Amino acid sequence: MDMQVAKKKLSLKEKYKLLTRDLGWDTTYHTKDEVFPYVQYEGIKIHDWDKWEDPFRLTMDSYWKYQAEKERKFYAIIDAHAQNNGHLHITDARYLSALKIFLQAISPGEYAAGKGFARMGREFPGVGTQVACQMQSIDEIRHAQTQIHALSNYNKFYNGFHAFADARDRMWYCTLPRSFFDDALSSGPFEFMIAIGFSFEYVLTNLLFVPFMSGAAYNGDMATVTFGFSAQSDEARHMTLGLECIKFMLEQDPANLPIVQGWIDKWFWRGFRLLGVVGTMMDYMLPKRVMSWREAWNIYGVENGGALFRDLARYGIRPPKGWDDAEKGIDHMSHQFMLALYQYNFGTAFHSWIPSEDEMVWLSKKYPDTFDKYYRPRWAHLSKLKAAGTPFANMGLAKLCQTCQIPTVFTEPDDPTSLCQRETEYKGEKYHFCSDGCQHIFENEPEKYIQAWLPMQQLFQAPINGDLGAWMNWVSLIPGKDNGDFDGSEDERNFAAWRQQATSNQ
Amino acid sequence: MALTSTKPYVGVPRDLVQNFNGKQIVYVCWDHHMLFATPLMLVVEPEMSFGDLLENVVKPLIGADPDAAVVDLTKVEWLKSGRSWAPDFGASLAVNGIVHKEQLRFSTPGVNSLLAAA
Repeated sequence: MDMQVAKKKLSLKEKYKLLTRDLGWDTTYHTKDEVFPYVQYEGIKIHDWDKWEDPFRLTMDSYWKYQAEKERKFYAIIDAHAQNNGHLHITDARYLSALKIFLQAISPGEYAAGKGFARMGREFPGVGTQVACQMQSIDEIRHAQTQIHALSNYNKFYNGFHAFADARDRMWYCTLPRSFFDDALSSGPFEFMIAIGFSFEYVLTNLLFVPFMSGAAYNGDMATVTFGFSAQSDEARHMTLGLECIKFMLEQDPANLPIVQGWIDKWFWRGFRLLGVVGTMMDYMLPKRVMSWREAWNIYGVENGGALFRDLARYGIRPPKGWDDAEKGIDHMSHQFMLALYQYNFGTAFHSWIPSEDEMVWLSKKYPDTFDKYYRPRWAHLSKLKAAGTPFANMGLAKLCQTCQIPTVFTEPDDPTSLCQRETEYKGEKYHFCSDGCQHIFENEPEKYIQAWLPMQQLFQAPINGDLGAWMNWVSLIPGKDNGDFDGSEDERNFAAWRQQATSNQ
Repeated sequence: MALTSTKPYVGVPRDLVQNFNGKQIVYVCWDHHMLFATPLMLVVEPEMSFGDLLENVVKPLIGADPDAAVVDLTKVEWLKSGRSWAPDFGASLAVNGIVHKEQLRFSTPGVNSLLAAA
């Protein structure tokens, strides 16, 4: 008689090993190069894929379990937020502009990252890498979804939330994040990992998420705080994947160093340009401020980033080429961005405004060397124009950078009184840039960037042909509701009226 | 290398002059006058005279600057593609050698109300 022996339960580590290593069979119908056609052309040399460590060793069944638990908590809080009139508990309706920018510009980026990691999970031959990329891909799609769901409650009450998908595709300021992700998605798998996995997730993500989620907490927005928490535990895994990837590339072959350094230079600069708008949110858009952009940069850029690059020095990596220019721009960029958003606010699906006197006092305290000297006189003049009944709208439209696609609002690194203007010629055509960093990126791969879809140029081509009304319709912007000065907007009126109903007997 | 790619690759620019229905782009920047967030992007006919461009297109757009009223655009200093340049006000943009996506800059030394403190 056979004895029934209970099967020994596998440990998580054994499960993971079985899950992953068994995926790594040797192909026989096709060569390995045919099955993984994109891992060589970038020039990165890999000798042993098994050296790629995935320290989390998360298996699919435990992944589902953790994520399902987070989703349950998340949707319970989102439900409570809606039932308790969470849309009236924010500090002020001006705060909504930060959320609108996030939904139009950043959430679609999460989705793009999801697409990218799905592709990387297929293109990398290493099994540990495949599994980690696959999970990150699902995470990113989840983040996009939870953000859209969290903000959908505001869409029931306020303007500017209703057409974020059209904004993502067509709105001029959304081409900045879209071109960033399109650039990464059209790169090879190793460059994508440096772009998104390392530069964005590891070097820059704290500058985006920490100020944003703290900003939400300071301003009474529980919905956003909740999706922040729900995403945060995933971020630790993503940061590890990014860091493991860069160490793996550098340890596999010394010839990889110059290629990796070039990508770090490029993607630090692209990411830094992308995050400039976060500075504007922190310095201008949060009614209750958390810290200034300068203070955030000192912590997450100078201290944390500095420590990271000191750590990577043993591989021969130096800080990104644009690091010094970035530092020189920190005390200027949020003001330059907000002044631009204000003068083009007929074309934005969120509101902007002239800062109040109180806020200007805060700004001059946080930016003692720059605000009063360079920026306060401009805001004072704009106030004067507004008081005279002739508020300033810049109908000249904006010159855009061919690489980052941002209006060229930045000044020379060493002269805050001059706009930084760079140009080059390629195959008989002129191209313009906001900075040396963006010009270098273009000049390394001009055939890629000459194809940039620049929204200001597009406005004057078919099918819009320069018709501003047709353009608003095309981007789903409702004039008089979604755009313009916050002062006098429907969002301002509704928030005040509903708050009064909720807190008084009138 | 023009692009890291698996095979030869040629890109097509999305803003060639032929896409603009007979017009072209000209960028104009008033140096040190930072009320305007970026250089002005103008879309105009290449047959337009340079004088007309200044009078009918540039002037109305810069009126919000407190110095606009005292500036005579025919007497300012010009840079074209970063080099010092003397325009022919009666001649067309084309005859002036202003090509598609040309960057023009003018400066008015000593006239700068909004940067007086700098």
